[in-house]
Amino acid sequence: MNSTLSFTLNGMRREVAIDDPRITLLDLLRERLDLTGTKKGCDRGQCGACTVLLNGRRVNACLTLALSCDDAEVLTIEGLSEGDHLHPVQAAFIEHDGFQCGFCTPGQIMSAVGLIQEGQAGDDPERVREGMSGNLCRCGAYAGITAAVLEAQAQLHRQTQGEAA
Amino acid sequence: MNRFDYLRPASVAEAISAGRKPGSAYLAAGTNLLDLMKGGVARPALLIDITRLPGLDGIEVLPNGGMRVGALVRNSDLAYHPVFSKRHPAVAEALLSGASAQLRNAATVAGNLLQRTRCAYFYDTASACNKREPGAGCDARDGENHLHAVLGWSPECIATHPSDFCVPLVALDASVEIEGPTGSRVVPLDSFHRLPGSEPQLETVLSPGELVVALHLPASAAGYAAHSRYLKVRERTSYAFAVVSAAASLRLEGGVVSEARLALGGVALKPWRARAAEQVLAGRACDEAAFAEAAEVALADAKPSGDNAFKIELARRILVRALGLAAAGTPDRMPALPGSVFAQPEGLALHA
Repeated sequence: MNSTLSFTLNGMRREVAIDDPRITLLDLLRERLDLTGTKKGCDRGQCGACTVLLNGRRVNACLTLALSCDDAEVLTIEGLSEGDHLHPVQAAFIEHDGFQCGFCTPGQIMSAVGLIQEGQAGDDPERVREGMSGNLCRCGAYAGITAAVLEAQAQLHRQTQGEAA
Repeated sequence: MNRFDYLRPASVAEAISAGRKPGSAYLAAGTNLLDLMKGGVARPALLIDITRLPGLDGIEVLPNGGMRVGALVRNSDLAYHPVFSKRHPAVAEALLSGASAQLRNAATVAGNLLQRTRCAYFYDTASACNKREPGAGCDARDGENHLHAVLGWSPECIATHPSDFCVPLVALDASVEIEGPTGSRVVPLDSFHRLPGSEPQLETVLSPGELVVALHLPASAAGYAAHSRYLKVRERTSYAFAVVSAAASLRLEGGVVSEARLALGGVALKPWRARAAEQVLAGRACDEAAFAEAAEVALADAKPSGDNAFKIELARRILVRALGLAAAGTPDRMPALPGSVFAQPEGLALHA
């Protein structure tokens, strides 16, 4: 079976031949398109290391069939910064030591970007922790991750207000 | 994962026509199905991707005052829908207590109803499981079974249904709209899932090709909005299935219960409506004694299927506590930890 997948990846229109319907979005990114920033942890939707934004919403790429992403917009960690200028969430993770080994970090950052866009957590750290519970960190950097999410969110809100003013 | 063919039908009729063939399976978000396929538990020959079918993603209030929710509505979209979450706050709370934000953004209404048990012996293809392979036996009976069923189980299967969403839904008389090769029908959610009996491989009343297209909540269900809660014990604070859960919805008149709607989760192979316990509460004052009596009645037929006698007492206590929370009133804002027994007063954190 041969199908062509047509989608927007990190702002670029892509056409990819899919020779096997079993390919997940995660394997497509890592094995076919050489975007290895998105990590494969459990490959079963339990750890969140593969989190990407699909049509603007955070999802587990390991549980998403590539073929089902036809016409979709996908944003991965590689598409987040503007050149050398880090996204505020990336900068806040560095500022607050939001990682140690770094393996879960791309998933944590993409999940945080999704959480901020969803706008349900507000500035309540308890709601941030609950909203980030789909991303495991075996180094236990959770305190720094929560602080980073809260600061990045505040900064993004300031930017938005600045643009509106 | 086995090899499979992939089909993306343009219409419900085309989907149903393909879905009648043996070995076919409908694919929505795939958050459960792909996991099962990776483990070799599900091995469909044909995946029918229904995510592009038109007309299955609406949330609407019907002229009769009920609500109709399309089968493909994502869990998070339903939980945060302004009208739905106001009318059915316990359903929204149950949705938000389940899985993770990533999974809720993908998983669909119908997929939640049709998710499979998380019994570890069902997932482990090296273990005997009557549900996976009829007649093979049940390794859970003499295995790690502290999380297994205490109501409605059979010697052939002691698994539980893992859904949070279905628990308040069954309490509120939700029904399932189904399209199939011979037309459409509506089935009460309480009759949708089967108990295991001697044929645990039969999980729902769906026939080959039948497709869930919508979920319905009757107008009466919104009458409980002021006093509705979902409460869930997990083995960790978040992102875990229920050990035991309860949905409690009350209509109160001057401190007296005029009507109660109760259901339990994590106790049986289907969401467990507790009708006799509802009757106990009707006309009673809203107090701990009435709640305890209702809980006794709700668990009257419970019996352990293994090392899980604790779940019976736990279910009683969770039901009493859910009733107390429902009587106190639905909070204005969704709790920071939805459905959690560890929820703190607004603004206080469980973790330092």
